[in-house]
Amino acid sequence: MSREDVLVSADWAEKNIGADGLVFVEVDEDTTAYDGGHIPGAVKINWKTELQDAVRRDFVNKEQFEALLSQKGIGNDDTVILYGGNNNWFAAYAYWYFKLYGHRNVKLLDGGRKKWELDNRPYNTDVPERAATTYTAQPQDLSIRAFRDDAVKAIGVQNLIDVRSPDEYAGRLLAPAHLPQEQAQRAGHIPTALSVPWSKTANEDGTFKSDDELRKIYADAGLDESKDTIAYCRIGERSSHSWFVLKELLGHRNVRNYDGSWTEYGSLVGVPVALGDEPGEA
Amino acid sequence: MSTTNVDGCGAPDQAAPLPASVDVEKETVITGVVQAGEAPVAGAYVRLLDATGEFTAEVVTSPAGHFRFFAAPGTWTLRALSRQGNGGTTVAADRGINTVALAVA
Repeated sequence: MSREDVLVSADWAEKNIGADGLVFVEVDEDTTAYDGGHIPGAVKINWKTELQDAVRRDFVNKEQFEALLSQKGIGNDDTVILYGGNNNWFAAYAYWYFKLYGHRNVKLLDGGRKKWELDNRPYNTDVPERAATTYTAQPQDLSIRAFRDDAVKAIGVQNLIDVRSPDEYAGRLLAPAHLPQEQAQRAGHIPTALSVPWSKTANEDGTFKSDDELRKIYADAGLDESKDTIAYCRIGERSSHSWFVLKELLGHRNVRNYDGSWTEYGSLVGVPVALGDEPGEA
Repeated sequence: MSTTNVDGCGAPDQAAPLPASVDVEKETVITGVVQAGEAPVAGAYVRLLDATGEFTAEVVTSPAGHFRFFAAPGTWTLRALSRQGNGGTTVAADRGINTVALAVA
């Protein structure tokens, strides 16, 4: 796996707008960004209303995912280029999600909307009309998804990587600072988890740092490459970004994203929680 | 979402509208406008860095150049990137509304 297999540059993307077999997909929490302007030809996916079940807390199932991609006009053989705002958090989440359901050719646009806008590259507001397809998904690849029991069992045994901000890790904040701090669950982190904020892996313009820089970040944090790894954050989107770095850019094996993340773990009864800036004991 | 304007620091026009559910007695809100000279900058990327310089959050400014964060009392750095240029400043935030001017050049 090399960087070119999973990531495209803004230059490459601009030159390939409208190319056959290529579909740009914008994924955001707030789809008004897309409505105000997007990469020409891009379709939008709302990560919350289209990728999450509307009632219980889980993903849409295989059949719903098939219906969604068919309706968006995305075929099994298309190369999907994902991008979005928030430093590609939700685009990375969708990347992991497309991998979970077995899509073959999917890549991230390095830097997402931010790099694109700072470079003054073109947007338009036309909503493309793509003919519906008959998309076939694979069963979920659970080798890349961790559940709450996996997280508890990993304490002191596997690499747990907490990718939230240092204040969220320590328990001083419950959510990222652009969101109201209204949650009721406990603050802190999973004991023995290493704090490696997702932002350490990205440059200020939202592009990923070099492989050498990325390797050094995790080595300095104390990640043991001989062990399996689980990444988590608050709701699983920032940890998809770090999952992408560890699995797709650095090629680590057995890296899973715990999508339940702190909003689930921090509300479980009876599990251990560590407070403060240190990982804590198992 | 219903919003309401909350006056703060004698500069209410500098504060982004807040959701009605936000309790400004409990929240530490850091808000303001990104400006290039006299003109507000829409679509600027503003990030909030903690006292150690670590990224905490990032927002895009509104058409009127507004940004807003929910933080905690303490010292924070704001950093803005835009097509009109970049800039930064620090703020010592208290509970309530903290209004900050952020210039890019």
